[in-house]
Amino acid sequence: MKELKVTPIKDGTVIDHITPGHALKVLHVLKVPESTFSVVSILMNVNGKKGKKDIVKIENRELDPKELDKIALIAPKATINIIRDYEVVKKHKVELPKEVIGLTKCSNPTCISNAREPVESRFQVINRDPLRIRCYYCEREPEDIAAGII
Amino acid sequence: MPMNFKHRDIISIKDFSKEEIEYILEYAKHMVPYAKAEKHTTLLNQQILATLFFEPSTRTRLSFESAMHRLGGSVIGFADPSGTSLKKGESLADTIRMADSYSDAIVIRHPQEGAARLAAEFSEVPILNGGDGAGQHPTQCLLDLFTILTEKKKIKGNNVVLLGDLKYGRTVHSLAYALSLFKANLTFVSPETLKMPKEVINECKEFGVEPVSTSNLEKAIKEADVLYATRIQKERFPDAEEYNRVVGSYKVDNALLQQAKQDLIVMHPLPRIVEIHSEVDSTAHAVYFKQAFNGLPVRMALLSLILGGKKI
Repeated sequence: MKELKVTPIKDGTVIDHITPGHALKVLHVLKVPESTFSVVSILMNVNGKKGKKDIVKIENRELDPKELDKIALIAPKATINIIRDYEVVKKHKVELPKEVIGLTKCSNPTCISNAREPVESRFQVINRDPLRIRCYYCEREPEDIAAGII
Repeated sequence: MPMNFKHRDIISIKDFSKEEIEYILEYAKHMVPYAKAEKHTTLLNQQILATLFFEPSTRTRLSFESAMHRLGGSVIGFADPSGTSLKKGESLADTIRMADSYSDAIVIRHPQEGAARLAAEFSEVPILNGGDGAGQHPTQCLLDLFTILTEKKKIKGNNVVLLGDLKYGRTVHSLAYALSLFKANLTFVSPETLKMPKEVINECKEFGVEPVSTSNLEKAIKEADVLYATRIQKERFPDAEEYNRVVGSYKVDNALLQQAKQDLIVMHPLPRIVEIHSEVDSTAHAVYFKQAFNGLPVRMALLSLILGGKKI
């Protein structure tokens, strides 16, 4: 008998193919649970066709594009499925833009982007796998990208 | 190939190709007699350079000001922000918008990394980075390259030892990058706690250069063609105890230089404190004062290319 670990959701978002072990970081980025009263299911280290992965299901919430960019910073291979009435109505892979603006803070405390100046943080993506980003202002590379997410 | 530098910002050495750097260095050679006042020009007549120094500086500020005057232009600015609206809490962005409307180009030195890049976003006139915290100092890098080029006739293939504070020292980060671009051989000598950051080493490797890191200066000096010493910068240390542990770790003196090649050149961005003994000053190895002079033709070359858009 097939064991059903988590039931399908009626409406909401399923984030699939998250780097194994990163599901909680994805939730942190999406400010869950603080920002939602929805039911959230988390599956970690699930056996998929391409190896292990994490999955997050958020009921009654459809992610907007800015949230997708944020996810790309910590789970660059993730796919997003928007579910309406149990059907997948939209499916796309997260895609990291060439520049990441206003999503993550520079880890350098003396970077001008952390001062009281009218600018957003700005990073250039210099490598996608493994992900490396460089601050446009101070040219440093943060080691823990997830820690700086705004 | 003619290159157009007119109105270009000078923020980081990484913004320039090898060919562009070579072009600037070649033009700087042409500027030497103008820097020495053996020839005269009014190329930048009626043009104004603003020098905004939020951190102390001697050589960078004076040589930029001298360069502008030698080219027939004039200078406004401050060397100490305490008498400005910054003390009232004005943002750097607003200060730049103001200076932009009073001048044709702005030189900025600031204690925070990325300040010059930010300034360039808010300025219509070109920004020249005179040093941003522990970040970039591109004109220092260019004058360092110019010194090696004029003293050694080439940059490629020289064994260059970078000595001292390689963690916080901004000049050595830009220089390691640029020397790798020119395929020099690099050795990094520093106390364990002041080692060259991993990301700088990775950049060198991207150009196919494999830097050697060591704490043994006596060994490194034997094969060196260029010794680039730096000051351990007290102002960059998070705590005084760490500074006291490492200050005076290395000293370049005549006893050490006896083990070096005869034509080794000793460079230093200055100011020096205890890193180079004054007895070295009178030896043929010492080029650090010449290096300080070289800031003038290099900055004259940059200003005339950026503001004049043409050569003399």
